[in-house]
Amino acid sequence: MSTPTATPTRTYAAYSAPLWRRLLVSRETAVIVLTAAVILYSLANVPNFDGPLTLKFLLQDIAPILLIALPMTLIIITGEIDLSVASIMGLSSVLLGVLHDAGMSIPTAALLALLAGLACGALNGFLIAYVGLPSLAVTIGTLALFRGIAVGLLGTTAITDFPDSWSDLATGTIGESRIPLVMIPFAVLAVGFVVLLHFSTFGRGIYEIGLNDEAARFTGVDVARTKMVLFLLSGVVSALAGIYFTLRYGSARGDNATGYELQVIAAVLLGGVSIFGGRGRLHGVLAGVVLIGVISSALRLESVTVNVTNIIVGLLLVASVILPSVLGWAGSQLPRKASADPSGPRPDKDTATAGV
Amino acid sequence: MKIQKRRPTALAALLLTATFAFAGCGSDDGGDGGSADGGSGGGDLSITMLPKNLGNAYFDTSTDGAERAADELSAEFEEVGPDTASPDAQVSYINTVAQQGKDALILSANDPDALCDAIDEARSADVKVVTFDADTNPDCRDLFINQATAEGIAAKQLELISEQIGGEGEIAILSASANATNQNAWIEMMETELADNPDYAGIELVDTVYGDDEDQKSFDQTEALLQNHPDLKGIISPTTVGIAAAARYLSDSEYKGKVALTGLGTPNQMREYVDNGTVTAFALWNPGDLGYLATYAAAALVNGDISGEEGDSFDAGDLGSFEVGADGVVLLGEPFTFDKDNIADFDF
Repeated sequence: MSTPTATPTRTYAAYSAPLWRRLLVSRETAVIVLTAAVILYSLANVPNFDGPLTLKFLLQDIAPILLIALPMTLIIITGEIDLSVASIMGLSSVLLGVLHDAGMSIPTAALLALLAGLACGALNGFLIAYVGLPSLAVTIGTLALFRGIAVGLLGTTAITDFPDSWSDLATGTIGESRIPLVMIPFAVLAVGFVVLLHFSTFGRGIYEIGLNDEAARFTGVDVARTKMVLFLLSGVVSALAGIYFTLRYGSARGDNATGYELQVIAAVLLGGVSIFGGRGRLHGVLAGVVLIGVISSALRLESVTVNVTNIIVGLLLVASVILPSVLGWAGSQLPRKASADPSGPRPDKDTATAGV
Repeated sequence: MKIQKRRPTALAALLLTATFAFAGCGSDDGGDGGSADGGSGGGDLSITMLPKNLGNAYFDTSTDGAERAADELSAEFEEVGPDTASPDAQVSYINTVAQQGKDALILSANDPDALCDAIDEARSADVKVVTFDADTNPDCRDLFINQATAEGIAAKQLELISEQIGGEGEIAILSASANATNQNAWIEMMETELADNPDYAGIELVDTVYGDDEDQKSFDQTEALLQNHPDLKGIISPTTVGIAAAARYLSDSEYKGKVALTGLGTPNQMREYVDNGTVTAFALWNPGDLGYLATYAAAALVNGDISGEEGDSFDAGDLGSFEVGADGVVLLGEPFTFDKDNIADFDF
């Protein structure tokens, strides 16, 4: 027997927990279970929560947040952040109003508003990806810039004369069901983003950038291009959310959607995405958005003021960010199990491979 | 290395996000008392009041009035509302009222058109909708409680100035901006009234100036008026900013007590000048009465006493009987006069 000490082939499967455990014991599952629990509790205890209008209003309320949460998740996984999304919503809302007021049809005005969103995203992306500025500083600046343009274009007035056919489309439901029509474009986008993040090389690159962008660069990920694409997506999806917002409320105003960026970021973090980048999954984020929506809806039905709702969502958010750190620290204090010891991982498999 | 660099950024972002949650805590203390202790009385009539925003002294006064009426009617009453006066924030409250299946919604609309979809939905869930203070399009609500008509405001201000200058002498008007629609309508009506009404034969309108609803400009315009017209006996300022600025000028000048000042103002702005004798009386409507009347009107709709048609009449407690006018408008009455005897009763 020759002894070419073959290095044991180290596979991901050999080290990770079994598939069922990876799927069930995770932040995402925790958020989904919590959301389900809150829904069941509300159905049983909150008067009128089981009423026929609740689902429709709930989905209509969270639709813009659901939409923007998609690109925001990808951006936060790369370790960046986009604070300008609500201002882009406001700007696209104002543009839709102003252009429609000037005689354009809604589709043309909406297309131009989407292009404006793309341009906003391009500005963010260029400064962050190619100039290399920190996204927090850039997007807090563009938050003020885009909002300023929006308010400047329309002043303190509002444009409210949108054709009924279009506002009906924004507030309508699919057939006789309680599902708003806006869920159709959302579903299409959601599938697209899931494929992009979880089933493409581009998506693997996103995680890699979040974990270590130097390493990502060395493994051939085009870091700058990836970030640029994400901010472009964020801009155009935010503009879409702004158009929906305008048609749903039938009002284009410069201060539309003020503060939405924080709701989006709160939902993304609540959904298990790490603010430090590199971790998170879309289904958790979508559950996070629904959770915040259900809590606000139930509390409104109980006539609790917005402030209390904000406090509860805030506490949930802070807890969701602190808990993993606390659990991680607690875990590191415990004596390590033998199986987790890197010197002897899964001896059965490794010896089998080595013996060949 | 790169990771370490990023941490402060990420932490800062985190902090920023967390602040949002707490941002609401300190923002208003005044307005939300009404919603916490909602279920007063035990009647089967449930009414929700939705002002433009909470924490606004004007609407606190109207809510107090509405609550008083709800008590008299033993109706279940609650006040809800957004922190900022924007139409989209009101929509979710209107939706909630529809979900709760309340009997009536009383609201001051942040936009005449934008709320109509949501109101339609509430009305198809059998909620009666009464607007007060600020109306929506007439076809999307049941009734509008109008605080005052333009004719009423014009007539009241002339009546007050005529009383204060003894029916004779030169007067001037300090308005908001030169193209403010409602101000111009009032001024035009006052001019016609001065020319046509024999009671005002001795009064001459010598000048109309514009302070643009800016405090300093209104102050300067007052000074200019008094210098240009040495015989001026009185000033009418049909804008809350103007009357307060003019009062401030007069109370520090030699004209205090000699040149009369009246117009539209709020008690909190004018209290000091009424107390020190600069201003004898001024006008506005009483928001408390407005809320009170709106609640009685909502109850009359719910009980089926009225349907909101022109000519319907209903009883509104202390305020007496009211009739529905054209377009479903109910008029509160002529403007309310504030003077040193009653100003202490008001806080808005």
